[in-house]
Amino acid sequence: MIEARLLTKVFRDRRKGDIRASDGVSFRVEPGTIYGLLGANGAGKTTTLRLLATLLKPTSGTAVVAGHDVVLEPDKVRASVGFLATSTALYARLTAREMIAYFGRLNGLGGAALSERIRTLADQLEMHDFLERRCDKLSTGMKQKTSIARTLVHDPQVMIFDEPTLGLDVMASRAIVRFVRECRGRGKTVIYSTHVMSEAEKLCDVIGVIHDGALRAEGTLAQLRASTGETDLEECFIRIVAPGDGQ
Amino acid sequence: MSLRAVGTIYAKELRDSLRDRRTLVSMIVIPTFMMPALIIGAGKLASTVVTKARAEIPRIMIVGGADSPGITSEIERTGKFTIVPTTPDWKALISDKRIRAAVEIPPGFERALGSGAAPGITLYTYEGELKSSLAEEELNAFFSRLRSRTTARLLAERGLPASYARPFEVARTNVAPPEKVGGNLLGGIVPYFIVIICLMGAMYPAMDLTAGEKERGTMETLLCSPVSRASIVLGKFLMVLTGSLTAVVLSLVSLGGSVVLAGLAIGPGLGGQAAAGPSGMTIAPLGILGVLAMVLPVSVLFSALVFSISLFAKSVKEAGSYLTPLAFAVILPCSTGLIPGIELTLPLALFPIVNVSLVCKEMLSGVWHWGYITVIFGSTAVYAAAALALAVWMFRREAVIFRT
Repeated sequence: MIEARLLTKVFRDRRKGDIRASDGVSFRVEPGTIYGLLGANGAGKTTTLRLLATLLKPTSGTAVVAGHDVVLEPDKVRASVGFLATSTALYARLTAREMIAYFGRLNGLGGAALSERIRTLADQLEMHDFLERRCDKLSTGMKQKTSIARTLVHDPQVMIFDEPTLGLDVMASRAIVRFVRECRGRGKTVIYSTHVMSEAEKLCDVIGVIHDGALRAEGTLAQLRASTGETDLEECFIRIVAPGDGQ
Repeated sequence: MSLRAVGTIYAKELRDSLRDRRTLVSMIVIPTFMMPALIIGAGKLASTVVTKARAEIPRIMIVGGADSPGITSEIERTGKFTIVPTTPDWKALISDKRIRAAVEIPPGFERALGSGAAPGITLYTYEGELKSSLAEEELNAFFSRLRSRTTARLLAERGLPASYARPFEVARTNVAPPEKVGGNLLGGIVPYFIVIICLMGAMYPAMDLTAGEKERGTMETLLCSPVSRASIVLGKFLMVLTGSLTAVVLSLVSLGGSVVLAGLAIGPGLGGQAAAGPSGMTIAPLGILGVLAMVLPVSVLFSALVFSISLFAKSVKEAGSYLTPLAFAVILPCSTGLIPGIELTLPLALFPIVNVSLVCKEMLSGVWHWGYITVIFGSTAVYAAAALALAVWMFRREAVIFRT
């Protein structure tokens, strides 16, 4: 479960002054559901997700992730979270197996349990053909699978995806979308940020629209349609973030 | 902080670095081959240049001396000079290296020799120029022999013994053991290179493990793991330290090998001396161990410093531009060991890099000032701990770690 409570992050910039990248964001994600964080570039999606993954510390507010407070127990939060983003790359000089094993060890796994876990993930993700190949020699699809295995190696309760399909081709994107659905199927709490409306429409059980760091609207697709009077999600989104522009 | 996590990160960084060609070059190849290249290469080059210069018969000019035909023909008969016809621009010819030296024989010199009251001879040379110096050496030897012969003849004419003009001799004996002589000569150079290699060995791993990871996007992946920031810093720092110490140990081993090889390859002549010091000169073996011990806190200091600086950078290229001034800042204090006459004092013992450079010079000479050694080791360890604390502090700052 994820519960964000007035999460706020202010970045201090000498030229621009204070930037409120996340501004009092509150929401709740239940296990077995996908929460879509929908917003344009620079809306505050990445900052919010980095706060949930404890990569950043909130300026004010807090969040509870898998029963742990992000401010008080960041290490325990990270042990319960799988974080996948386009910015989380692979070590080029390690093989796919070494990459997964490294993160397994950092999560406290080792010995036979780790070997068994890697074997299971390789079975599930069909990775056996390239498990011993260096990451810089892998195709985009293979890299995605390795990244997914890296996030799953410690079997986290919570999965955080920050625009994971950005820059990927159709096939690789479909594989990611399928994997996100599988996470929901296994009862994991999933939060998924995107600016692609079709992805949000297909995947998310609940959608939160974020703009200028603040959560502007939240609800199921049906609820958003009803509240805006639009059928198309893109139109709904425009109505929410820029009410005047849709006219 | 978990030691298990530190060990896991260190093991991964070591494996990763050993697969990186650029790290291997800075950590292994350069330190291993730099010393032999410098010592044997420079020695061989010096030997070749000196031998070639000695083989050349210097072109000289005799200015004046028309009324001293015996002297001028005797100079010519030595076969050690090519006498060039005198021209008015002889000073310019020396400056332009077209002749090596000129000797000015004053009027009436040969005649005055008979009475023992001859006016002085003047040699004109290009100071600091090797071939001119060799010509001067030969001319000095010629006139020294002439002076001795003249003295002996004058004494004989007066019925006086040869000892009349040289009543006593002055003998010179070196009492410093070979390692002290060697340490004094090589002691300034060796710490200079060792300290620089210590920095160079740390530089590339530090850039790769910090700015490189930020640039490649793997830093964020690592930060997603549940290990503490301090564990990540320590694991990475240990790899940077490994790079620095590996470079130092390899360069010290290759230094020992180079001195031996230089003796075999170049021989005991002038080139050999250039490579390995005067005949019989050695470096105190304990001194090399002492240098290694003193370099340990310096390695920690450099590793932590380059780690912190590289961490701030957005890319390896930017880190390189930040580290270049640091390299210059290190070279300057390092070179104090090369300045003759500078000795350790308490204020200098507290001055980072300068202190290690000077104490290493002493240790290589077999001189052990335990008080200074303790102060230097202790102060450098304190500076190193402060630099490591800075690295941890930097790593915890979001503005630094997410500065991309």
